[in-house]
This record gives sequence, structure tokens and C-alpha cells, in this order.
Amino acid sequence: MNSSWLLVFILLSSLVPGVIIFFLREESHSLRTAFNLGGAGLKLILVGTLLLGVQRGEVYELRAVLLPGMELVLAADALSLLFASLSSVLWFVTTIYAVGYLEGSPNRSRFFGFFSLCVSATVGIAFSGNLITFLIFYEILTLATWPLVVHRGTAQSLRAGRLYLGYTLAGGALLLAAMVWLTVLAGSGDFKPGGYLMGLQQEFAPQLKLIFALLVAGFGVKAALVPLHSWLPRAMVAPAPVSALLHAVAVVKAGAFGIVRVVNDVYGTTLTIDLGLALPLMALAVITIVYGSVRALFADDLKRRLAFSTVSQVSYIVLGVALAGPLGAVGGLVHLVHQGLMKITLFFCAGNFAETLHIHKVSELNGVGRRMPLTMLAFTLGALGMIGTPPLAGFISKWYLGLGALQVEQHWVLVALVFSGLLNAAYFLPPVIRGWFGRRDEPWYETHLEHTRFETHWMLLGPTLFAAATVVVVGVLAGMPFSPLDWVSLIVEREYAPPEVGP
Amino acid sequence: MPDTGLDWAAWAVAVPLVGALLAGLLSRPGSRLGPGLGVVFGLFTALTVAGAVVAVWRDGPVRAGLGGWDVPLGIALSLDGLSALMLAMTAVVGLAVSVYALGYLRGSQMRGKFWALWLWLWAAMNALYLSGDVFNLYVTLELVGLAAVALTALSGGAAALGAAMRYLLVSLLGSLAYLMGVALLYGGYGVLDLAALGVAMEPDNVSRLAAAFMTVGLLMKTALFPLHVWLPPAHASAPAPVSAVLSALVVKASFYLILRLWLDVFPALTVPGFELLMGALGAGALLWGSVLALRAARLKQVVAYSTVAQLGYLFLMFPLMAVTPGAWQAVVFFALAHACAKATVFLAAGNLQRAAGHDRLADLGAVMRAEPMSVFAFGIAGASLVGLPLTGGFIAKWLLVEAAIEGGAWGWAWLVLGGGLLAGAYVFRVLGHAFGRSVRLERHERVPGLMAWSTLALALVSVVLGFAGAASLELLALHGGRP
Repeated sequence: MNSSWLLVFILLSSLVPGVIIFFLREESHSLRTAFNLGGAGLKLILVGTLLLGVQRGEVYELRAVLLPGMELVLAADALSLLFASLSSVLWFVTTIYAVGYLEGSPNRSRFFGFFSLCVSATVGIAFSGNLITFLIFYEILTLATWPLVVHRGTAQSLRAGRLYLGYTLAGGALLLAAMVWLTVLAGSGDFKPGGYLMGLQQEFAPQLKLIFALLVAGFGVKAALVPLHSWLPRAMVAPAPVSALLHAVAVVKAGAFGIVRVVNDVYGTTLTIDLGLALPLMALAVITIVYGSVRALFADDLKRRLAFSTVSQVSYIVLGVALAGPLGAVGGLVHLVHQGLMKITLFFCAGNFAETLHIHKVSELNGVGRRMPLTMLAFTLGALGMIGTPPLAGFISKWYLGLGALQVEQHWVLVALVFSGLLNAAYFLPPVIRGWFGRRDEPWYETHLEHTRFETHWMLLGPTLFAAATVVVVGVLAGMPFSPLDWVSLIVEREYAPPEVGP
Repeated sequence: MPDTGLDWAAWAVAVPLVGALLAGLLSRPGSRLGPGLGVVFGLFTALTVAGAVVAVWRDGPVRAGLGGWDVPLGIALSLDGLSALMLAMTAVVGLAVSVYALGYLRGSQMRGKFWALWLWLWAAMNALYLSGDVFNLYVTLELVGLAAVALTALSGGAAALGAAMRYLLVSLLGSLAYLMGVALLYGGYGVLDLAALGVAMEPDNVSRLAAAFMTVGLLMKTALFPLHVWLPPAHASAPAPVSAVLSALVVKASFYLILRLWLDVFPALTVPGFELLMGALGAGALLWGSVLALRAARLKQVVAYSTVAQLGYLFLMFPLMAVTPGAWQAVVFFALAHACAKATVFLAAGNLQRAAGHDRLADLGAVMRAEPMSVFAFGIAGASLVGLPLTGGFIAKWLLVEAAIEGGAWGWAWLVLGGGLLAGAYVFRVLGHAFGRSVRLERHERVPGLMAWSTLALALVSVVLGFAGAASLELLALHGGRP
């Protein structure tokens, strides 16, 4: 059998368990968990196999014709593997967390069914070989996450779901328009380092610019670029594992990943600069970074603060590609992974606080470090990483972003980065300080989790600590082979020095 | 064994016709004979249609005189890619609805009449897709209309009878207008055959008048805004399998006729502004139908108004064809996708109505959670209506937008995309109730497995259509109407 079918198996490894889980009865808890973890584990193994294959230089590609001139392409390049590995690792962790988190709550089969569909869509996005395939999985992701956002079924979550759908479906419509237009102009090309639109710019420059704007707007909805971000803080009503996955890999990252694909593999950085599109994109990213940080500063609700922090942090990725130089690209792409790890740590912690002690606000965190030291430690690592403290993950990203800004001589970006770093400290340090040094006078809220051996349920604590550990490891060992930084450097090398191929 | 496509197609008319006669003559109210006959004949009809489609695929379009008498003396039957696709659409939806009706009508007094009427309707629709001359088309159109009206009235009840009466009047008026057009054409050209008329057509005033009569008559039957008012009550008050057939297939029959006429007979007759008018009416349908679907309080009304809205897309054919001649293929594929999706949605609504005993949206939440399979089917078909990927609706939307952008008609492209968003609003408005924290389950009747599974199967056809775009376009390219 053709080894390219590996891609399909990777998709199926979460799709099939997802579909089976829909049909499981609510009470079959262990069977459902077995399918969940079995699928997640299998996916990890398959992605690992693929990783080795791609590193050896093997080519994985599958095509199916949907319409004349419109193909469904699944392909694995280095960039797709970056995203796919991130999502499969984090899916595994989040599944364990979600099993613990939702213990005893209603409609779990429905939840985990859609959870698995959501991850299948994310992996599909990773392996999309052209814009149309990307759009297909992107829209499926919208469909699969909506039930998760409204899962609690309260009036508030239904409203959040409506807002989410309104934004994302409208974004999808913009994307569809842009892609059809691009197909009419240039045919449907595959993603390839350096882009496939070279040579069209003399004749169609205005059209290409407009299409670029449409694409960025369409992806920007999910990437929560200002002013398209307001669905994200509202979507915080979803259960914590959903927020974690939404923010760290699935939805927000899908948008950012889309912008990366457009700049790197559709337009190509050279054309992006030629058309004068890099600077506006850079400005948009910087505005979003600063705006998100400022809003986060004034949010007392912990999850809301994290949400605005996501708005801000995801734009580092966009900024990285918009800088359109190799070092900036390294910073942006590596942040795709690093932000995911840090943000999922923080969301796990927020979920632990809320589940164990019913703490939802920053002002309630006083003294929590004494009651839940391990979670607080994880939170501290995540927060310090976000601020950019060496040698944690966030430092690596910001270092390269800063170098990238200097390399392309955009000094104002560096100023913005420093400013945003200060803002990060201003909104992440207070919860940390309150947690460790604050004093709580009234007794803790004691819950159903009291009887556990650890400070909280082990299925909540384990994933949190694991994620926090990765934040340290990818930072400290950034120079090792197969670290995110190493892998990203490989991607960027291929982008900026494409292998010489005959015409 | 039939060998040419036309033989197969003729059987596709004859088989359900015989079935209808047998079901009508032999079955007594409450007997088991009707359902048995219905399913067996439905299955055979679907097989003959499959034969016809394969034959067209292999040999290309065919036409022949009935009984060896060709035009101008005899009656011509013609079968090309477009007809074959419409036959196939009818067969797929028809088969699913037949299986569904087995469960739905079990133990019901309606079932004897239902099977006779339904097979009759199927035969009439197949005949319509095969007819090659305008008078024959009139006859089949009338047969389709009468069978559809009778089916609407099937459940008895004041609402159903009132709606059926209104439908009957509109249908007759529409046929009459069409017939006047036919008379004018015959007076002018002395032929009735579509191909011959197409060759002879002169852009004079009599022809224009005839075209206007015929088109307006057919628009009434297709329920294009603002002539749609009869549709929502008729489709919402009929039994679920009938609603599905009416919304998915019957309106497509009269639309097919409009398409056929303007594709093969009247293209020379367009006057400036005509395309724009039709497009504007389509846009009106899209917006007005969506608004009403968003406000409707009952599930089946939502679905019926959604039909009004989605029919609007079909009439974008005119402005799109003016800029991109191949746009009609996009519209036909849209009709195909809509037929499958809309039938599924009506069947799913029928399941929920059966389970809850009512279809008031506000009180449906608990039942929706108890019937996940129907809700899932509703969701898949709904995604197709919205035009989300991996469904037929997505391919259809892509083709429509592509046709618009290729022709530089940006207004229509945005309309198509905006219409998708409106559809999203009403589809997810319904689905949202499945996630709400509404009151406990009060009454819950189990939905028969045949109903639930046939609904899900038809929903999956929408997904299959998401991959059938290239094949359908290939079939449509075998267009035999032009001489």
C-alpha cells in the first residue's frame, strides 16, 4: 500500500473513535475513555512515524478531484508536521484532562464525540495541501467546535455560540470568495515554499492585494485579529478543556496557521513584500498585540484575562511571518508551538482553580499557592514564559522576533515588543504574586474533589504539570535536534532558500 | 432487457405507473398490500433510472419518437444529461422517502391512498423529465400538480385542506397560463417539439408573449417570490414524507421546465432587463424567505420558508447565464444538492414531530436531545443548505460563486455568500435548541428505526454529493437539447 495513506489513517485515528463515541451510552465511561485515549495514543504514534518519514525526505501526498480544477490535496510538509505534532500531543493531554474535568457531568458522549471531530479537523488543516482543502477542514472545524462552545447549554453559552458562529461563518464566506477569485485568476495551486503566484503581479496587482485582504480577514476572524476578536473572550463560557484546546491549538491557531500558509506558501514572502502587503499586516499584528495586552490588564476574570492574552499572543505568530525575514519567521513559527504549550498550561491551571476551589477571578487568588502549590507552580511557569523570561519557551520566540525586526530594520516593532512584554508582566505578575504571597482569610470552598490524594484530581493535575514541564523543556533544550526551534529552522531554510528546481 | 437509454427511461415511467394503478385498485384502507407494492415498485423504478443514467453516460443523449412516429407527426421522448440527472435525483430522494413512509404510515388510514398517489406522482415527474415537446410537458405538468395537491390534502384536517385548495388553485392557474403560451407557440410555428421550436424561434412579440405566459405560469408553480405564498402552508401542513417530496422534488419539476425552455427554446427572446428582474426576484426570495424562516415558531414552517429562500438561488441562473453561459450547470447542481438536503431536513423534522407530538420549536429541546440521530441528520443536511464543506451544498455554492466571479458579477457572488449566512442563522437557530437547558422530557414516542435510519442515509447522500461534483458536471455536459 502507498505510504501516503498514513495521512488518512492519522485523520481517521480521531474521526473513527469520535463517531463511535457518539453512539455510546452515557454510562459507558470506561469504554469511552478507552476509545478516546486509544485514538489519541494511536494518533501520536502515527504522527511520530510520519515525522521520521518526512525528516528522511519522503513525500506524502494524496489527491482527489472534487470539481474540474478543484482538488482535495492532503500532503505532509515540515510546516504541516509542526502543527500536526502540536495538536496531537496537546490533544492527548487535553483528553486526559477533559475526562477528569467532566466526570459526572451530563452529555459526555456528545462532548467527546465533537471533541474528537474537532481534532480531526485540526489535523486535516495541518495536512491540507492547498487552499481549498484548507477551507474545507477549516469550516468543519467551525462546525465541530460550536457544539463544544454551547455545551453547557445556558443562555449565556448559547449567546456566545451564536456570536462565534456569526463571526466564523462570515469569515468562511470571505475566504470562499477569496479562494474562488484566486482560482479564477491563477488556477488552484498547491502550497509551496515561496508561493505559486509569481508572475501574476504585473497584470493583477490590485486584485491580488484585495484577495490578500479578504484572506487575512477570513483567517483573522479565527486568529482573533483586532477588530475581529470579540467572539473569543465570550467563548470563554465553554468548559475549561475546550477553552484550552481552542486557544492553544484548534481554532485560534488554525486562523494563524492559515495566515502563515497564505504569506509563506501561496503568495510567498517576496511577492508579499513586492505588493506592499507586509507592512499593513505587520501593523495589524502590532495593534492586536498591544490592544490585547491592554484589555487583559483590566480583566479581573481569570479566563477572560487569558483570552485577551491569547488575542495578543497569537498575533506574535502573524507578526513573525509579516516581518518577512528568516529570523522573524523563525520567531513567529516557533511561537505557534510555544504559545500553545504555555497557553494550555495556563488554561489547565485556571480550570483547576475553578473546579477545585471555585476561584474564577484574579482578585480571589490570594494565598492559593499554599492550598494548591503544584498548580500554582505550573501557572507561574506559564506566566513567566508568556512574559518572556529566559530560559522559558516564550523567551525563545520573542528573542527571534526581536532579531527578525532588527534584521528587516523595523525598529518600531522592537519598541512594540518591549512595550507588550512590559504589559505582559503587568497582567501576569499580579495573579502570581497574589497566589504565592497573598493571604486568604476566609476558608476555601471545599468540593467533591476533596477526597483526592493530591491537591486536586490527578487527571487534572497530571496534564497541567506535563504541559508546564514542556514549557521549560522546549526553552532549555531549544538547541537540541527535534526541538520546535530546530524543526522551525528547517522550515524556514526551505522557505527562504527553496531547493533549486528546473522550470 | 432494455438496451438504449430511452428504453430504460420509458420503463422508468411505466413501472411506477403500473405500481400506482395496482396500489390504487387492489389495496383496501389498512391493508398491507399498498406498502409492499410501493416499495417493490419504487425499487424497480430506481433500478430503471440507474439503467437510463448509465446509458446516457455511455452513449450520450438520445431522442426518439414514441411508437416509431417521430416529429412532426408523433411525440418525441428525449433523454440527455440534464434529464438523466433529474431522474436520478427523483429516484434517490424517492427511494429514501418510500422507505421512510413505510415506517411513518404504519397503521395509518392514509397509507392505501398515499402509495397510489406517490407512485403516480413519481411516474408523472419521470415523464416530465423525458418529454420532448411542449404539449406533452403540459400534460405531465398537470399530472404532477394534481397528484401533489392530492398528497397535500392527504392528512385531512382543516389546515391541510385549506392549504391544498390554495395549492390547487395556484397550480391550475399556472398550468393554464402555460397552456396559453403553448397555444400561442403552436399558432405561430405549427410545431410543439422543443428542438424544432428552438430552431424556428423568432424574436417577435407573439413569441415573447408566449414565453411570458409560460414562464409566469411556471414561476407560480415553482413558488418564486412573490408568488410563493401558497407554498409554506402546503409544505408545512402535509405529512412528513409528502412535505419532503413536495419541497425537494415537485418544485424542481416546474423549475426544470423553466430551465429547459430558456436553455433550448427561448434564448433568442431575452429582452434587456429580463435577467435582472429574475435575479432580483431570486434575491427577494432569498432575503424574504430567510427572514420568515428566522421568525417562524414551528419547525416545519422554518423548513418550508427555507425552501422559499433557497428557490431564490435557482433564479440567479438568469443573470449568471448572461455573464457566464455555463452557469446553468451550477444551478442544476444546486437544485440537486437542495433536493437531497431539503428532503432530509423535512424527514428529520417529521421524526422530531413524531417523537414530541408537536413541532413547536421552543418546546422541542428535550426531544431533540432524546433523538440525536435525527438531529445529526438535520445537522448534516443543514450544513448542506448553508453550503458548508464536504456536502453537495458547498460544491453548489462554489460553482455559483465561481460563475459569478468569472463573469465579474460581484453583486450576485455576495448575494450567494450572504444567503449562505442567512441559512446558517436559521439552521443553527434550530440546532441551538438541542443544546439548551430546557424543561424535562414530557412526552416521547419512539421513532421507528426505518424512519430514523432512512433519514440518516439520505443525509449521507448530501455528503456523497460533496464528492460527486465532477461526475455531475460531466453528465450535464451531455446536453442534447440543442439541435
